[in-house]
Amino acid sequence: MRLLDPTSENEPAQRERLPRPQSLANKRIALLDISKPKGDVFLDRLAFQLDGMGIESRRFTKPTFTRVAPVDLKHQIASECDLVIEALAD
Amino acid sequence: MLQNTARLQSLIPVDFTGFVAVVKRDCATCRLIEPALRELKDSLGFLLYSQDDPAFPNSISGVRDDTELELSYRLEIEVVPTLIQLDAGRETHRLAGWQRDDWRRLTRLPELGEGLPAFSPGCGSISVDPGMPEKLAYKFGDTPLQARRIEVAAQQDEHEFAFERGWSDGLPVIPPTEERVLKMLAGTTRSPAEIIGIIPPDNIPCTVEKVAINAVMAGCKPEYLPVVLAAVEAACRDDFCMHGVLATTYFAAPILIVNGPIRDKIGMNSGNNALGQGNRANSTIGRALQLVIRNVGGGRPGGVDRAALGQPGKFGFCIAEREHDSYWESLALERGFSRDDSTVTLFAGGGVHPIADQKSRAPESLTRSLALSLRTVHHAKIYGAADALLIISPEHMRVFRGAGWSKVRFRDELARHLTTDGRDVLADADGIAEGMPKRFAEKRVNKFRPGGLLIVHAGGAAGMWSAIITGWAASGPRGSIPVTVPIKS
Repeated sequence: MRLLDPTSENEPAQRERLPRPQSLANKRIALLDISKPKGDVFLDRLAFQLDGMGIESRRFTKPTFTRVAPVDLKHQIASECDLVIEALAD
Repeated sequence: MLQNTARLQSLIPVDFTGFVAVVKRDCATCRLIEPALRELKDSLGFLLYSQDDPAFPNSISGVRDDTELELSYRLEIEVVPTLIQLDAGRETHRLAGWQRDDWRRLTRLPELGEGLPAFSPGCGSISVDPGMPEKLAYKFGDTPLQARRIEVAAQQDEHEFAFERGWSDGLPVIPPTEERVLKMLAGTTRSPAEIIGIIPPDNIPCTVEKVAINAVMAGCKPEYLPVVLAAVEAACRDDFCMHGVLATTYFAAPILIVNGPIRDKIGMNSGNNALGQGNRANSTIGRALQLVIRNVGGGRPGGVDRAALGQPGKFGFCIAEREHDSYWESLALERGFSRDDSTVTLFAGGGVHPIADQKSRAPESLTRSLALSLRTVHHAKIYGAADALLIISPEHMRVFRGAGWSKVRFRDELARHLTTDGRDVLADADGIAEGMPKRFAEKRVNKFRPGGLLIVHAGGAAGMWSAIITGWAASGPRGSIPVTVPIKS
């Protein structure tokens, strides 16, 4: 029996993850708030702690948690920061 | 016009000039005109093909065998007898059935069929018997289908194979053979290659063909395909936010509400057990959409589908509005369509929440009663977040009809009972941490955002129950807005 493939037939390219940095020294960290309740509480605390460690962080916010981040936002984060910490869920 | 002219030339001599006739023994008109066919053969020398018996007509020699129906298929014969005039291999005229004068004119044989009736209608060509065009398209390799072919080894069970490939939602699927998919595609005039939309979560351009394949697997009949296509189109609209509906930890799933003439045309159920099982169209249309999201979009439980609990409607949830005896305008009419339009509305909903009220005989009482249950949507202390779909049963509708309440009146009265003082539903009020933020303390709050309550009539004639299908916690512009799409043929 011959069947038709019901899937997208996509074969996504596998990409290696970037290696984890050995240290956060001289790195700039993006703190991404996806607009879920209490995400700001979590990120405020992280920002405070990072600041105490002398590590620079920048705050970014997705317009809504229900949609993927806008391309502009992703590009801005990638161009301005070295790492991202995302407050994913409430 | 012709099915692959190049291949036709292997059946008929290149640059053939003359006449081709196609007949079958099992046709009274073909048998009737045997003398005329013999005259043609004698005087013109033409090609005569028989669909069911190469020995027919017995009195004519050299009848060509078309029992494989390839010539009939390639010449797109719909009726026998058919007489076609070819000039250097190109068709110039075609006659279907027997009209003596037309045959005489075309063949320039003024005595042709002398003594035969002036007119006799033909019969259907075997090549257009139900299901046959798809079989022949498959057999003669003219399928427009682009999808990758996957061979199932003879010793493998094709149903188990589908499970193993991950194509199933957990229930058996109908194996999508080329023949079945071609039959499914006969349910629409749209090209198999047409892109319906970009399916999340993998953002894949989804063709009519891929939808048809998944509709076959879901168990749809071809006449359901236009509804499935409209549903897929709706799911791809940014307003509906299918990615979020899939990715949420909440219960949400696309719930389909079908309105308009197509409901009856394809035999949907809007009466007894309107939200339940047992009707093929209701059961498979919603499932087809879910299979498209799963297979084409790549959205699977445990993958991008992060539902904590989910709900049985995620197998597929499709209902039809009971329009024929409704006192109120339908959902589609409220949303700007006419009675003649067939539409599908997608609503991001959770499970079914029953409302029992067997005592209210006055509309005021029943409205308060329904409002009381509606206040619990999402959470009794959260207002303005989740939409809802309210399904009014015929026996509850009777109360409003009896009092002459229009749908607009009902909506107005209901809205009055769905507002409350913010301070009563604040976070931490009543010893419950959940609730509205403090900024609402001095405000009146509405349970539903404007446009966030859909109302539909459905169900069997007996039973003073209505139902709420609760919406997604992220309803409205920040998440999902119900989308209505007209169903095209």
